[in-house]
Amino acid sequence: MDNVYLSHNNIVSSLGFNSDSVIDNIEKGNCGLSVYEDKKVLHVPFCSSRINQNELQKKYKDLNPKSEHTRLEKMMLVSLSDTISKSNLALDERTGLIISTTKGNIDVLEEDSSFPESRAYLSELGDQIQVFFGFKDKAIIVSNACVSGILAVAVAKRMIRQGKYDRIFIVAGDMVTQFILSGFNAFQALSLEPCRPYCNSRTGINIGEVAASVLVTKDPIELAQESVQIIGEASCNDANHISGPSRTGEGLFRCIENAVQQSGIEKKDIDYISGHGTATMFNDEMESIAFDRAGLSKTPLNSLKSYFGHTLGASGLLESIIGIHSLHKNTLFASLGFQDLGVSRPMNIIKKTTEKNINTFLKTASGFGGSNTAVLFKKVQ
Amino acid sequence: MKNDYYIESYSHVKNGEISVNGKIVFKTLETEFKPVMKAAYKKLVVDYPKFFKMDNLSKLGFLAAEVLLKNESDKDMAMVFSNRASSLDTDRGYQSSIKDSTQYYPSPAVFVYTLANICMGEISIRHQIHSENCFFVMDEFSSETLSYYTNQLLDENKAKKVLCAWVDVDNGKYNAFLYVVSKKGTFVHSNAEINRLYKTTNE
Repeated sequence: MDNVYLSHNNIVSSLGFNSDSVIDNIEKGNCGLSVYEDKKVLHVPFCSSRINQNELQKKYKDLNPKSEHTRLEKMMLVSLSDTISKSNLALDERTGLIISTTKGNIDVLEEDSSFPESRAYLSELGDQIQVFFGFKDKAIIVSNACVSGILAVAVAKRMIRQGKYDRIFIVAGDMVTQFILSGFNAFQALSLEPCRPYCNSRTGINIGEVAASVLVTKDPIELAQESVQIIGEASCNDANHISGPSRTGEGLFRCIENAVQQSGIEKKDIDYISGHGTATMFNDEMESIAFDRAGLSKTPLNSLKSYFGHTLGASGLLESIIGIHSLHKNTLFASLGFQDLGVSRPMNIIKKTTEKNINTFLKTASGFGGSNTAVLFKKVQ
Repeated sequence: MKNDYYIESYSHVKNGEISVNGKIVFKTLETEFKPVMKAAYKKLVVDYPKFFKMDNLSKLGFLAAEVLLKNESDKDMAMVFSNRASSLDTDRGYQSSIKDSTQYYPSPAVFVYTLANICMGEISIRHQIHSENCFFVMDEFSSETLSYYTNQLLDENKAKKVLCAWVDVDNGKYNAFLYVVSKKGTFVHSNAEINRLYKTTNE
């Protein structure tokens, strides 16, 4: 079967509007999180990473849009246009589009929204992105809670292997909204400080926003210098609880095992793990159990939530893109704010950004509904 | 599309009727969603009080799976679900609970259901299926994305069987169509056949 690769990519975030500037900020240890007071979103202050509205509007206007777009659509259009132009490919009938989002244009349900409620249907969002760039087929939309972004990578690989497309552009995005913040606040899960995943002093989650996009292709001619091959991927449901992580890490453990088995590599060959690490008590504890069960407790690991917070359906793709740059630069990025381990099983958290020869990494994510996904990537030699 | 796989069985929930392989197993003259679900639960489900905590989408998917998987012993079954409205039916209710500061009552128990894939989570818990899950959203039922994805899962031995679904609740309307794809079965796993079974009116 064909090898499938991640290639050209973009990140639109509080740390920059393209992958290079975001990676530069991460390398310097700059955090994208800060405290906001915005009563339209939440009645109390909250810690978040938000995309600069003026800069977004300017970049969006540069695309010469002919119709009105929602804020999320603007984020996605700005991100995807950069990835498409770097890829320099015609969007023919062999080129697909996948959109990954947890809540899409959920803010149009707010009473003062200038868009009709129908824009909340994810297929409407898909049509906007498809038509803007002129993709031949309708977008395939993946909405699977917080694993959506990384699951979309697995879906793209599977669709290419099945012969549906030769290449697929994925764009993932979610926003900081009243809807999402009120929900996590009702769960009493929000931290007012930048989150500290896996740390014994962690106080909860931050919600952030990004749009991220990537070209997934089987054609070695279409690769970027930082390209990686997708060598294994798997998902597994905990079948335990719809909102609480499994106490045994069952689903995460199983999907790591399955992804490794598919890849044909050995666990000792995994150089780096990009964890989910939301900095809630139960999630981080669950991950430590799953990684320990999988024999990966010594592998260097970080959670990039410490730079952006949890960006929901975009997080898995965002963190995969940062991971491929990490491989390309042979640099392990620090898990910001981490001091002392605060989970029951041993973990090797990356405290300081360090140079190291790394070739293979594992990305994992877990989410509501008991969902877990693991994908293994290998540097293209 | 290759035809190495087959549809073992299928179920429909629509217009107050629940059927398996075209045979009606429950029928009511009720038309409103909630009484239909309540009556169907009483007739078809043995003691699962969690059902009443679920949102409408999960209830619908749960019942359609309940009748379809009744005699299914294989737990190695992936789930590939789809719909049009995602979780909008629940999202609207949640949004109205936070619309202004004088009527601000966000409920964690409602918020958790503002994700369409929770429906697969509920079915996974009920049937103890630890498997691949993926939820696709599209503007109308389309067999193509489901069948491509399902074939690849089976080709790569990600699961022995795949439970595919269209499960949609929106503005009082509801419709569920579930089918199990496997290496053996009655119907060829082709787009034409899937579309035919989707449209099959319960007889």
